[in-house]
Amino acid sequence: MLQIRNLTKVYDSGVVALDDVSFDIPDGQFLAVIGLSGSGKSTLLRCINRLIEPTSGQILWDGVDLVSLSPEEMRRMRRKIGMIFQHFNLVNRSRVLTNVLAGRLGYLNPAFSLINHFPKEDIQKAILQLERVGIADKANVRADELSGGQQQRVGIARALMQDPSILLADEPVASLDPVLAHSIMKYLELINQEDKVTVICSLHFLDLVHRYSDYVVALNQGKLVFEGGPKKINDAKFKEIYGKDAERVG
Amino acid sequence: MQEKKPNVWKSVTLGVAVLLGVLVYAYGAEVTRVNLSELQSERRQESLVRVLRAIFRPDLIEYDQVLEPRVAPIYVPCPAGGLPGDMSVSQDGSHITVTPACGAPGDVVHVQGFNFAPNVEGPLRFVPGSDPENPVALGQLIANTDAQGNFSMDFTLPNRESEDVQYIRVTMRQNEGLPYFTQNARDTWDRIVETVFMALLATTIGTILAIPISFTAARNLMRPVRSPIASIALNILGWAAGIYLAYQLTLWIGDFTRSYVTVLPLALASAVLIPIIANLAIRWAIPVEDEVNPPLALRVTRGAVIFAVIVLGIYAFYALAGAMSSLGPQLAARFSGVAFLGNFLFRMGQILTLLVPTIAALLGGGALGGMLARIGQQATERLPNGAVKTMNLVLGGLVGAVIFGLLGSAAEWLYQIGNPVSTLWIPAAVGAAGGVLLALLTQPKDTLPVGTALYFVIRTILNALRSIEALVMAIVFVIAVGIGPFAGMMALALHTVVSLAKLYSEQVESIADGPMEAVQATGANRLQTIIYAVVPQIIPPYIAYTLYRWDINVRMSTIIGFVGGGGIGFLLQQNINLLNYRGASTQMVAIAIVVATLDYISSVVRERYT
Ligand SMILES: Nc1ncnc2c1ncn2[C@@H]1O[C@H](COP(=O)(O)OP(=O)(O)OP(=O)(O)O)[C@@H](O)[C@H]1O
Ligand SMILES: [Mg+2]
Repeated sequence: MLQIRNLTKVYDSGVVALDDVSFDIPDGQFLAVIGLSGSGKSTLLRCINRLIEPTSGQILWDGVDLVSLSPEEMRRMRRKIGMIFQHFNLVNRSRVLTNVLAGRLGYLNPAFSLINHFPKEDIQKAILQLERVGIADKANVRADELSGGQQQRVGIARALMQDPSILLADEPVASLDPVLAHSIMKYLELINQEDKVTVICSLHFLDLVHRYSDYVVALNQGKLVFEGGPKKINDAKFKEIYGKDAERVG
Repeated sequence: MQEKKPNVWKSVTLGVAVLLGVLVYAYGAEVTRVNLSELQSERRQESLVRVLRAIFRPDLIEYDQVLEPRVAPIYVPCPAGGLPGDMSVSQDGSHITVTPACGAPGDVVHVQGFNFAPNVEGPLRFVPGSDPENPVALGQLIANTDAQGNFSMDFTLPNRESEDVQYIRVTMRQNEGLPYFTQNARDTWDRIVETVFMALLATTIGTILAIPISFTAARNLMRPVRSPIASIALNILGWAAGIYLAYQLTLWIGDFTRSYVTVLPLALASAVLIPIIANLAIRWAIPVEDEVNPPLALRVTRGAVIFAVIVLGIYAFYALAGAMSSLGPQLAARFSGVAFLGNFLFRMGQILTLLVPTIAALLGGGALGGMLARIGQQATERLPNGAVKTMNLVLGGLVGAVIFGLLGSAAEWLYQIGNPVSTLWIPAAVGAAGGVLLALLTQPKDTLPVGTALYFVIRTILNALRSIEALVMAIVFVIAVGIGPFAGMMALALHTVVSLAKLYSEQVESIADGPMEAVQATGANRLQTIIYAVVPQIIPPYIAYTLYRWDINVRMSTIIGFVGGGGIGFLLQQNINLLNYRGASTQMVAIAIVVATLDYISSVVRERYT
């Protein structure tokens, strides 16, 4: 159970990206975060693993407040929180296998990173994860030689290497065409259902929200303006989330 | 539409600007003494032509020569009683004739040569005195034979009057055998090899040192580095103590082992065996997995094992250095053909002996500093605010006193003031006050931006050093280590470090953040993030900049000899000073070839790896 309590983020520039946001995420939920561009979705996801330091508020995970952890304790905690990104964020010049193995770094003694050493089990595990997302044959290819959909699958494999309990996905399909978008979303669904991983996924398209998510939170200018099942987003709610002039597409 | 009004002010400003420009350039021409008429003067043009001709005939190869001197008698002036009867020269084989056989000074006589080898040349001279083999000879002319081996030319008699017979002499020179390189060419070869290796060593050493420095000079890596006061203070104290302790320990081990390392089999055996033992011990002592709070007893044992491995390792390095130093000369004596390999071994051994304490000191500083910083960090996190505040006050004051005390001692060493109150106690007190003040003004658990502070310090030092030309650095090193390629190499290496560190760090600053963010999100620590997300991104620009620097170093090393830094510049300068332009030309050609070749090679490498 992840509980967000009064979470606020004010950037140095003065922008209030999150404004007193509170909601709960039960274990195993597939949560969709929606909202206009600039409404604070990325900020919310990055506050959960503290890539961005919240200004105030709490993030309780099974009762432990992530915000009050020391940097070293937070680093250990991050191992259980996988993350995938809109632009995949792979290390382009490294091999696919190395990119996937990087998901294991938190569990290893940093001294061994100096000599680029990974235990055999981790290498086997990495190949297994690549098989799972269907690109085991690309293990030794440079990451930037893959197509966008393949790169995102590498990103998923990297996150799976962490044995995560939570998976943060920041617009994972926004750079992909609709067909690929569904194939990536299906992997997330699989991870959610088979591995019982809590998925927190920001999305732009409501059809994807309806198709994959159990629960939806909506942000507008940093404020929580809606939470509930995806079916509850009717036209009135939609205008509340996206503004009066918005039109539904798709 | 906007109406265009004539703007008086604008025109006036333009006029003034043009006037100012004219003044600036006029003054510039004055101070640089632009003088084209000097270029046109006959004297200048003559010497220019002479130098140019010499440059286009580099002093590269020569032949053994056979000399064929032939003389013909001549009287200056004509004897009053007419020419003596017997003036004939042998008409067999090669010979010369002079007509007429006498004349007043300044008269022109006709000299003809017959039956020489075809197409050879040699000086045509007037030999004063009555000895035809007199080495003193007058004139500038060169006689060239035609395809038949004959020549014919006019000769102006010099002002050397005598009643006795004198001679006109031609000394035909003929090349014999195969050409060989002149002494100048061989010297040039030696020096150009020296030059290339000077550049190579300087680039290698400079690159190795510049890489770690470049990370600390990159804003994006350093900005997130923040620590609480106690941690910073303990880190600095740890560095100071670690450097001192490790240095002393290493020297002590060195003294202790000195008598053993000269026993070659023992030294060799320990140089081989110790790494194996160390490897096994380290495998046990450093777990692959990242463990949370292992039991204290295990941690202490591991620490002890690692310490033992380090002591053994230092000994092994000394043993290796000793083995190399004693093996090298033996090899060099036994196999004279590859003596340089033996010498190299010896030299590496010596360098290793010198480097071990320094490297150990740095590692010791890093280890102790890191350890204490961690303790400070944890103490700050766990202790209550009041205790942390007290700790900050004490440690802040202590570290301030140490830093300023050290700075004061440095000033004492430089200026020899000889007054410990003003160079040690007052600075220490000021530093302590500063540290205490800092601790008072900050909240107990606040973190300070040490990374940013370090970034500014390092950037400032780099910028300051970078503005000093390598040639100037070479002068300093010539004073420090004496004239020769070593001084030049050190100067180039230092300049390489500062300029590459700057260029590299700019590359680090321009990498994509995404991969760093992603690797950090997996729970990797800072070191791992740098190795897996930063390093792969910077490899291509690092290679490109290293090659670029290698080009510069080759170019620089060709002139660093001008200030005594070794390499081909020394020879070039010598020949220019001796007005030996043909010799200097050889060096210039060599420089051109080397620079062009290396430029080409580096462009090929750059294309392949980036
Ligand atoms: N590093 C930053 N510094 C200052 N302001 C920022 C920073 N990052 C984001 N912001 C601001 O915070 C607000 C929320 O940004 P955020 O990236 O969380 O929105 P988002 O919902 O993810 O938008 P998008 O759909 O475009 O990704 C925006 O107004 C943005 O301009
Ligand atoms: Mg976003």
